Amino acid sequence: MLRLEKRPSPSKLWNYATPVVAVLLTMIAGGILFMALGKNPFEAIKLIFWDPLFSEQFASYSRPQLLIKAGPLILIAVGLSVGFRAGIWNIGAEGQYIIGALCAAAVALAFYPAESWLVFPLMIIAGAAGGWAWAMVPAILKTRFNTNEILVSLLMVYIAEKLLAAAATGFMRNPQGSGFPGSRNIHNYASASNQELIANTGMHWGVVAALIAVIFTYVLLQRHILGFHVQLAGQAPRAARFAGVAPARLVLMCLGLSGAFAGMAGMFEVAGPARLITIDFNAGYGFTAIIVAFLGRLHPVGIVLAGLLLALTYIGGELAQFMLNLPAAAIQVFQGMLLFFLLALDVLSNYRVRLSFPSRSSEVV
Amino acid sequence: MSIPLLSLQGLTKVYPGVVANSDVSFDIGEGEVHALLGENGAGKSTLVKAIYGLIRPNEGQMLWRGEVYAPSAPAQARATGVAMVFQHFSLFDAMDVAENVALGMDNPPPIRELSAKITEVSNNYGLPLDPHRMVGDLSAGERQRVEIIRCLLQNPQLLIMDEPTSVLTPQEVDILFRTLRQLRSEGKSILYISHKLEEIRALCENSTVLRLGKVVGRADPRKESARSLAELMVGQVLHTPSREAGTPGKMLLKVTDLSVASPSAFGTSLKGVNLSVRAGEVLGIGGVAGNGQDELLGALSGEIRADSEAVQMDSNPVGQFGPTARRAMGLLCAPEERLGHAAAPDMSLTENALLTGAYREKLVTNGFVSWSKAKTFAESVIKRFDVRTPGPHVAARALSGGNLQKFVIGREIMQRPSVLVVNQPTWGVDASAAAQIRQAILDLAQAGAAVVVISQDLDELLEVADNFAALNGGRLSAPRPVQGLTMDQIGLMLGGAEGETHAAA
Repeated sequence: MLRLEKRPSPSKLWNYATPVVAVLLTMIAGGILFMALGKNPFEAIKLIFWDPLFSEQFASYSRPQLLIKAGPLILIAVGLSVGFRAGIWNIGAEGQYIIGALCAAAVALAFYPAESWLVFPLMIIAGAAGGWAWAMVPAILKTRFNTNEILVSLLMVYIAEKLLAAAATGFMRNPQGSGFPGSRNIHNYASASNQELIANTGMHWGVVAALIAVIFTYVLLQRHILGFHVQLAGQAPRAARFAGVAPARLVLMCLGLSGAFAGMAGMFEVAGPARLITIDFNAGYGFTAIIVAFLGRLHPVGIVLAGLLLALTYIGGELAQFMLNLPAAAIQVFQGMLLFFLLALDVLSNYRVRLSFPSRSSEVV
Repeated sequence: MSIPLLSLQGLTKVYPGVVANSDVSFDIGEGEVHALLGENGAGKSTLVKAIYGLIRPNEGQMLWRGEVYAPSAPAQARATGVAMVFQHFSLFDAMDVAENVALGMDNPPPIRELSAKITEVSNNYGLPLDPHRMVGDLSAGERQRVEIIRCLLQNPQLLIMDEPTSVLTPQEVDILFRTLRQLRSEGKSILYISHKLEEIRALCENSTVLRLGKVVGRADPRKESARSLAELMVGQVLHTPSREAGTPGKMLLKVTDLSVASPSAFGTSLKGVNLSVRAGEVLGIGGVAGNGQDELLGALSGEIRADSEAVQMDSNPVGQFGPTARRAMGLLCAPEERLGHAAAPDMSLTENALLTGAYREKLVTNGFVSWSKAKTFAESVIKRFDVRTPGPHVAARALSGGNLQKFVIGREIMQRPSVLVVNQPTWGVDASAAAQIRQAILDLAQAGAAVVVISQDLDELLEVADNFAALNGGRLSAPRPVQGLTMDQIGLMLGGAEGETHAAA
């Protein structure tokens, strides 16, 4: 019989080992899934995890994509991780990401076609402010009326998507676009363009921002009293109040920070890889970032690694779709399984699995 | 010789790095009340868990009426005839008594039958209990009755009681003892764990003393003095906390007409509490658990805000201040619940030192934490208060109750408070640690601090306090000097009679 026994203190080994084991289990379960779909599992796994980086045929296109996809994932995930550590669940980063992009695009379009170095920084501020403001809705509702931030932040995503559709087909539509939905191409507007900084690497300002955010969050969590209070509130809410942490202020701070980061990610995306506001501008980064945050153990460095890995599944997944005719949903299932295995394995950090044999007695430890 | 009911033979339990029990042997006879004594961390809980089937010993065996007894789960232990009343109740506030009892049974009968049985058993054993009352409305003593009756319904042969009187009033202890003696006269055996040596002397005819996992003595408690038992347990000569009489200084803490609503649904709101404490004075606040102790501590620590003028520190109104601001002024607190309130269970002692010491000990500059300073502070608390732990990196929950309590109290005392408020400073703490904590409280008062000790342990209050007041239903009686106070008067104060005459006058 299997039994769980609480460890006296959380296991350091398992804390690091669970993400690795979860990835391996996902590969195995994913392989079975692909086999059930009638594909060669080894080929599919190789196509997802290996070919984007190392095959001669695809790597030249896929390698730069890694940073392009990982940038927003990491930027959003580090923001989310702060709140998650405090037990404040912002599930609506996707919406904050959209609003950030819309606000940044609005600034760019307002200045168009004037050229000024001021436009780009203003767009960053607008993106951050937009995401922040969108996150303040669940934050204020929570602190004022004790609503559940999980539900409110999630539902705000759908409102954001409607706004996005309205913008792409209505108030932000390109006046010279012959009636097609979508805004002007912001990437082609020099003052607002988020250019690749080093050719063929995928490195753009969003990746730089993600790295700065990682360092900022690392320092916040490890060295600053606010980071300590965040972790205290997550682990022992009553002890946090005793220590003098005001729960309402913490909610505002955590949701605000993650909203601002998500909004910035949206800004860099619309000015860079996405090029313009379209109806299907959002690619699910805000939701995938939740997986990234947990896979990275809510630790800034872990999140960098997890972000790169999830970016790989995006690119490899596209490749598998294209080469093996795998359905797009199969890749989403694949990402979902990763979170599932990870959360299930997390039990091992805090508990020891014991085999117990009712028939035999004292010699079994 | 008759075969003992339960015979422990050379039980050894090893955890990684710790030997919890080493070659422990003793017998419990039929109809015997056997005391298990030992400091915190002496291995009592491990031993009891082995008997109750929660853990499995590495070596040795147990015999039940001469036959091998090796329970692999509590259900098996219960089937054999072992029942246990835990120190911490596992009851649901929002359910009634009968439902709670049913939840703890392996094969509960229908609720109607069960209710009738509860009424019957509770009357037979002199523990009146209405099966339809909500547990949230019960006093601590009544809650314990629920647990005891849950055990008695299984008709056990051996009843294990872990610190049963720590939450009871003197009157409730008398009732409990009558029940236990009745059980003994029916031929049932009881394994009784307690730190209160006077109780053990009144109740038990045999005792086994554990120290560091080993049996260090067996004695007939009726023939020993409480002091000799304590010294056997601790392995050294005990010092009774002592103090020199001082003259009270200026008023440091003044609470005027403090009324706050309890933040929890089953809590007790404070109603018009008045108290004042001078420098060098220790005010003891007695009362049965759940009469507003948590709320009083919260209102003093700043976790619950009150009217600005209701709480005054050194003549400054602080009622609206939060914990950080109050700490900065020198008002420090140590709450009752060690894990989760006074300390974060999964955090290291260094992090827990930062929890309240951040600003007073200057562990933080411009918002940035100096972990080396926090570690030094934690180490100094560990050293001065003799906290037994491998080091400041250890998680708080890995410490035994007594050691963590020493750390928590020490953490506040080391910050040189001008007012210290402690709730249940020695709850579940062994005799030597308790003596150490009380001495530290007295030393602090001696050095000129005002101290409020909230406790359910009357002996403790009489030992440390200058003045005594009782909390009852969220009201505080007028304080009286401890000197010359009789147990009868205290009983009346605890019962709220004092408050009523006050209200009538």
